[in-house]
Amino acid sequence: MVLDIIISNTSGKPIYEQIYSQIKNHIISGNLKEGDMLPSIRTLAKDLRISVITTKRAYDELEKDGYIYTVAAKGCFVANKNTEIIREGMLKQIEDYMRKICELAPACNLSNEELIEMFRIIQEEENIP
Amino acid sequence: MNAIEVKNLTKKYNDFTLDNISFYLPEGSIMGLVGENGAGKSTTIKLIMNAISRDSGEINVLGCDNQSPGFEKLKNEIGVVLDEAYFPEVITAANVNSIMKHTYSNWDEKAYFDYLNKFSLPKDKVFKDFSRGMKMKLAIAVALSHNPRLLILDEATSGLDPMVRDEILEIFNDFTRDERNSILLSSHIISDLEKICDYIAFIHKGRLMLFEEKDRLLEEYTVIKVSKSDFEALPPEAVKGKKVTNFCVEALVLKHKIPPSLETQHTTLEDIVLFLAKGDGR
Repeated sequence: MVLDIIISNTSGKPIYEQIYSQIKNHIISGNLKEGDMLPSIRTLAKDLRISVITTKRAYDELEKDGYIYTVAAKGCFVANKNTEIIREGMLKQIEDYMRKICELAPACNLSNEELIEMFRIIQEEENIP
Repeated sequence: MNAIEVKNLTKKYNDFTLDNISFYLPEGSIMGLVGENGAGKSTTIKLIMNAISRDSGEINVLGCDNQSPGFEKLKNEIGVVLDEAYFPEVITAANVNSIMKHTYSNWDEKAYFDYLNKFSLPKDKVFKDFSRGMKMKLAIAVALSHNPRLLILDEATSGLDPMVRDEILEIFNDFTRDERNSILLSSHIISDLEKICDYIAFIHKGRLMLFEEKDRLLEEYTVIKVSKSDFEALPPEAVKGKKVTNFCVEALVLKHKIPPSLETQHTTLEDIVLFLAKGDGR
C-alpha cells in the first residue's frame, strides 16, 4: 500500500490539518481500509521531518472524529466507519453551501452561467482537476 | 516525563543576568534554544549541566535534581557537544575509542565504529588534520556512543556548510526515533532549528521571550505588509512587532486577530524571532 502524504510549507494551512485531511481522504477513497495499521506517530513525524507533537495532534483529531482508533502498545488502526455515511455527510455539506449560494447570487444579480464561470476559475486557482 | 525541567532559573553576573527562566523539554522531543550571541544560551546549558551553579530556581534533568548526588551518575546518560570539539591534536578516531572505553562506564565500542562508518570518518587520521565538519561529527559520534537518553548541543552546527549541517540534523532526527531520547540544542542558525525542533525557547538579553511549540508559532504568527492606514485600523493586541517605512508597514501579527481579507506573507521562524527581538510593538 502506498500512502502518499505531501506536506506543503507554503500553503498556509496548518501542518496538522494537512495530515488530518490527507489521511481522512485515504480512508474515504478506500486506499486505507478498516483495520489497516497506520504508521506510528513517531515514524510518520520523523519520515516527513515534521514535529512529533503536530503529528500527534492530527492523529488525535482523526481519533476524535472516529476515523481511527488506538490500541495501547500496538498502534493506530483505521476504524470501522461506514464510508457511505461519511460521503452522505459531505454531500449534505455541499448542498448547504449551494443553498447559501442560491441565497446570495440573486442579491448580486449573478446568472447561473456566471456562477459556473466563477466556479471554474476557483478550481483553476486552487489547482483542483 | 520531562527530560529537562527548568523553573524560575536565575543567575547573576556583574554585567549580565539570566532572569527567571522557565521551560521544559518533554521526553522524546527536540527543543531549540534561540538567541543572539551573549543572550544566555550557553549560560543556560552550563547551568543545566551544573557546570556553573545557579543563584536560584530549580533544574531537573532526566527526573533528577541536577545538584543532588545522583546527578553525577546520570551524566553517563547525557551526551554533550560544545561548539568546539576538544581532542588532543595527535590522536586518531581509533585512539578516541581506547580513551572513552575507560571514561564512560556504558561506552559502546561497536556503536562508535558504526557511527564512524556512517559519518564517513577515517579511523587513523590524526585529529589536527580533520576539517571542522569532521571534528564536529566526531564529537557527535562520541556523544552518541555511550547510549545517552539526552543530547545537549551548544552551537554544534555553527560554522559548518549546509551539506554537513543537514547530515547532522538527519542524525538528530534519527536519534529521536526512539521516544525515550531527547535533544536540547542551541543555535543562532534559526532555519536549522525550524527544520528539526518540536519546541522553541527564545532567550533575549537574559530573558525568556518565548517558549512554545514550533508549529503553533508558525500557525499563530504571520507577517503582513499593509498601508499605514490599514495598519492603524488593526486591533492593537494583534500587533507583535512592526517595521515602518515611508511607503508601507511590515508587521508581525497574530493571525486570528486580523481581518481574514489581509494578505499574509510566508513567515519563517526567523521572521518571528527578529520581529520579537526588536521589541518594536505598539
